[in-house]
Amino acid sequence: MKLAIPTKAVPYLEVAPLAIVLLFFFVVPMAMVLVASFFDYNMTGIIPTFTLTNYIDLLTSRTTLELYLETLKFALIVWAITLVLGFTIAYFLAFHVRNPLIAIGLLLLCTVPFWTSDIIRMISWIPLLGKYGVFNRALLELGVVDSPVQWLLFSDFAVVVAYVHLFTLFMIVPIFNSMARIDRSLIEAAVDAGAGRLRVLTEVVIPLSKTGIALGSIFVITLVMGDFFIVKIMSGGRSASVVMAVFEDVNLLFYPPAAASAVLLLIIVTLIVSFILRVVDVRKELMG
Amino acid sequence: MRAPATDRRPWTFYVLAAVFTLFVLFLYGPMVCIYILSFQGPNGGLTFPLNGVSIDWFGALFHQQRTGDIAGAFSRSIPLALIVLTVTVMFSLAAGLAFRRRFFGAGLIFYVAIASLIVPGLVLSVGIGLGFQMLDLAPRWYSSALGAHLSWTLPFGLLIMFAVFSRLSWSYEEAARDLGASTWQTLRYVVIPIVFPGIIGVALFGFTLSYDEFPRSWLTVGPYNTLPLEIWAMTTNITSPALYALGTVTTVISFVVIAAALSSIAVIQSHRTRRRVARERAIKSGS
Repeated sequence: MKLAIPTKAVPYLEVAPLAIVLLFFFVVPMAMVLVASFFDYNMTGIIPTFTLTNYIDLLTSRTTLELYLETLKFALIVWAITLVLGFTIAYFLAFHVRNPLIAIGLLLLCTVPFWTSDIIRMISWIPLLGKYGVFNRALLELGVVDSPVQWLLFSDFAVVVAYVHLFTLFMIVPIFNSMARIDRSLIEAAVDAGAGRLRVLTEVVIPLSKTGIALGSIFVITLVMGDFFIVKIMSGGRSASVVMAVFEDVNLLFYPPAAASAVLLLIIVTLIVSFILRVVDVRKELMG
Repeated sequence: MRAPATDRRPWTFYVLAAVFTLFVLFLYGPMVCIYILSFQGPNGGLTFPLNGVSIDWFGALFHQQRTGDIAGAFSRSIPLALIVLTVTVMFSLAAGLAFRRRFFGAGLIFYVAIASLIVPGLVLSVGIGLGFQMLDLAPRWYSSALGAHLSWTLPFGLLIMFAVFSRLSWSYEEAARDLGASTWQTLRYVVIPIVFPGIIGVALFGFTLSYDEFPRSWLTVGPYNTLPLEIWAMTTNITSPALYALGTVTTVISFVVIAAALSSIAVIQSHRTRRRVARERAIKSGS
């Protein structure tokens, strides 16, 4: 017997498995976090009564503001560095490497580490940056310093190094994608019309890569704002992040305040992302 | 400007090539250091120089009590990654096909997928942990952690499928249907073979993202840890090169998977190029 499926129903059946997984393992859990943020709690667990205490505590605490400033500071620094670095590398691959197969090969070379463990890649900086690590030894040998430099590891510097190491790829790939689609004749036209290298860059390449820049920025900013383990390990516990505070609350089984700060974080991240989306329409780029 | 290949390269090429080379060193240098340090001698420490060369730390991984249950972690992480791979490929291929047509709710599902991609993994972990607690279900790696990983790999799979299908013209399927193929035959013998390299890409993302995922696994694995959680536990309480040895072992597994995926894509592509060249030659000699 042949099963007749009306053509109109086909896309719904095709998308259903993905939609159901996202419903139960993303939408419902997020709703759970939202509900729990209004619950009360004590040492033994969650008390399901409505309260605004979690939010009041959160919004009136100085620590909240300090945590957000700390997290935003890292997000801004890392965004600026990865944007410049990612744009430069994407530009090199898209416009200077003449053989497109080699360009793809070099892009893959940048991508391979992304498919390995980020915790391992993070801790691989420890033997380099440590007090008796490779860099300090080199500096001592060269006579640049008399005693080991202390701020290389377990510092804001180390946190930024690890973020840039792990997240630059998220800038390179979308920017490269946008650049690869730029019609080369536009650039030739600009050059023929007398534009120099810099004007071609600022008036042709950058405007036409803006969807890639926007996507990369969304990835990097949300990754930094959602991080807790890089900041914990690489700062040696000296710096914290918003999600680190959530992590510590949950470790103490304080779910409702953890949920409240998660909700606040999601609101702020959503605001940042929708601001970027207002500037650049990304959906067209993604859906082809 | 696209200069003829014989032209001299502009000075900017050399500057940018130098930046790129430094970046690649920056990417791989630290990783190479810990692979070397994992062969540290039995009395060696966490930094250079090597105090002899040995494979003791690899032995310590699997035989010492204090390093935790590494073998058990592998025996959960690899099957979990394989399940995630399979489900991600099937569900994102199907959803990718759906998005080629217009349907009600497409925009909503798209935005939910993007939100699922960028929500902090730890927050999702808390949500799923809470959900299982409220339903009185015990979290396990094959239930809650599987769902947590899928909420992260499916959006990746969907985006890759968008990229793949945006380059696939409808004319192949129309031709197949004109020749009498059923919908299923068109999918099986026309669409899937064409998009197969993209499917391997989705599989690669599915496996590696699950295999290395830590924040989403945190409250969702239940009593038996997956590998990234063991690694996390080790970073906070083990200060011996055993940690590097674990890094080397897990990265070797990742590299095997990456190499298998990339080389099979390369084989398919070169096979296609060869066939196209042969066909063009046949047409030329025939005319």
